[in-house]
Amino acid sequence: MSSMDTSNLTKETLKRMFAEGKRFDGRGLTDYRNLSIEYGVSKKAEGSARVRFGNSDVVVGVKLQTGEPYPDSLNKGNLMVSGDLLPLASPRYESGPPGFNAIELPRLVDRAVRESGMIDFEKLCIKEGELVWTVIIDVYPINDDGNMIDASTIGAIAALQSTLMPELDESGKINYEKKTKNKLPLSQETLPLSFSFFKLGDSIILDPTREEEEACDTRITFGASKWNGQLMLNSCQKKGDLPLTQAEIEKIMQIIPVKFEEINKKLKKFL
Amino acid sequence: MAKEHKRPDGRKFDELRKMIAKVGVVPNADGSAMFAFGDTVAIAAVYGPRQLHPQHMQDPSTGILRCNYDLLSFSVYDRKKPGPSRRSQEISKVTEWALLPAVDLSAFPNTVVDVQIYILQADAGTRTAGINAASMALAHAGIPMKDLVCSVALGKNDQQLIVDLTKEEEDYHEGEGATDFAIAKLANHDEWTLMQMDGKIQPERVKELLELANKVCAEICTVQTKALKSVVETGDEK
Repeated sequence: MSSMDTSNLTKETLKRMFAEGKRFDGRGLTDYRNLSIEYGVSKKAEGSARVRFGNSDVVVGVKLQTGEPYPDSLNKGNLMVSGDLLPLASPRYESGPPGFNAIELPRLVDRAVRESGMIDFEKLCIKEGELVWTVIIDVYPINDDGNMIDASTIGAIAALQSTLMPELDESGKINYEKKTKNKLPLSQETLPLSFSFFKLGDSIILDPTREEEEACDTRITFGASKWNGQLMLNSCQKKGDLPLTQAEIEKIMQIIPVKFEEINKKLKKFL
Repeated sequence: MAKEHKRPDGRKFDELRKMIAKVGVVPNADGSAMFAFGDTVAIAAVYGPRQLHPQHMQDPSTGILRCNYDLLSFSVYDRKKPGPSRRSQEISKVTEWALLPAVDLSAFPNTVVDVQIYILQADAGTRTAGINAASMALAHAGIPMKDLVCSVALGKNDQQLIVDLTKEEEDYHEGEGATDFAIAKLANHDEWTLMQMDGKIQPERVKELLELANKVCAEICTVQTKALKSVVETGDEK
């Protein structure tokens, strides 16, 4: 049962229900499931968090390393986002080389975080041209019940906010066992969030369950954050075989500011 | 608008770089084309419909479209290591989705149409030039299509919306910085098939951006159509 593809019956039923504004679990089309965040998944990480949207569950860890800067940014630290869709988390995930979804997920988290300007990379420079910090975010779904991208982005910002820098000796070597009290240089204003909209028929929904997500034809994900008091879109990626209309895109533009405030309010409790 | 924004190459905000489009650039292929936006040059070749291997990937209800995009190693200043990267795999996939709504492969069950896109020279907007070339190559190959696909990178430097960014404009840092918003749409339908963006743009300005996209895509379509027609009229082999 768990490894079957979405049946036409499920798809048609969902299409009909969405058109009436209904969902199997009783939510409205743009309502989120319960959100919770836990910290301290691993003491060995510099920062970590676990995010749940209903039954969706993802862990995110931050590790810090030092290294040479890139030649085009000698006075800046670096960010790397990676991760894996472990076969642990879903009957859909398989071992082996990463498929498209496993490549896309960390790339979307990377772009939402990077483009928001949340991390002040210049402050991650230890010695210009020689030594800088690299922030490595790793994302691992534990249970995929849909909307992994949005959950992972929240996991990434939570893990970043909880990160404490490890001690650095005079030769530039890191002592991971000794954490300082220093946090990462993060902007207090810009909390990047991502919003993945899914389309089935003419309906657009947020925070799908796995079943809903698989029935949908098209997804479009936006990264958004506050910058100088204004809400800015920072990243976007459309996925799927079917197109969107201009009216649909314009409608999404009206939903994002509302949902940004709503999720931010919910996050305040945890961050 | 805060202050007059001047583009480094002197173009108007809604002016595309010089476009060049040619059809039939790879004689071995079933269809092929090149498309250039200024210094960004893409070539695309279409092979198929042909039988799909491995067999388990075959779909008895329709042919499938398979795209591959990559940069040639010397198309950029810092040599690109040959072979697929995460970036090129992602672009290959979004290119496939950008083209799919335009083609109908239901008459060719169990087959594949392979679209190979390579960038000879890169100055930003490579995926969009690649999609424009691929769309022409598909038409040239005689694949049933309901429309051409037109693609362009729009964006913003500080507060000024601009079209068809160069690398220099992608690296703009002042004010609100640079936004790069790549789109593709069917030329004569309200069907948006690619949307990818990085940067900073207010949600309420997206509408303005889409209107701009509609305008310049019409110009791109004209160039594509002209190149396709020229092949038919001169009586060249396909």
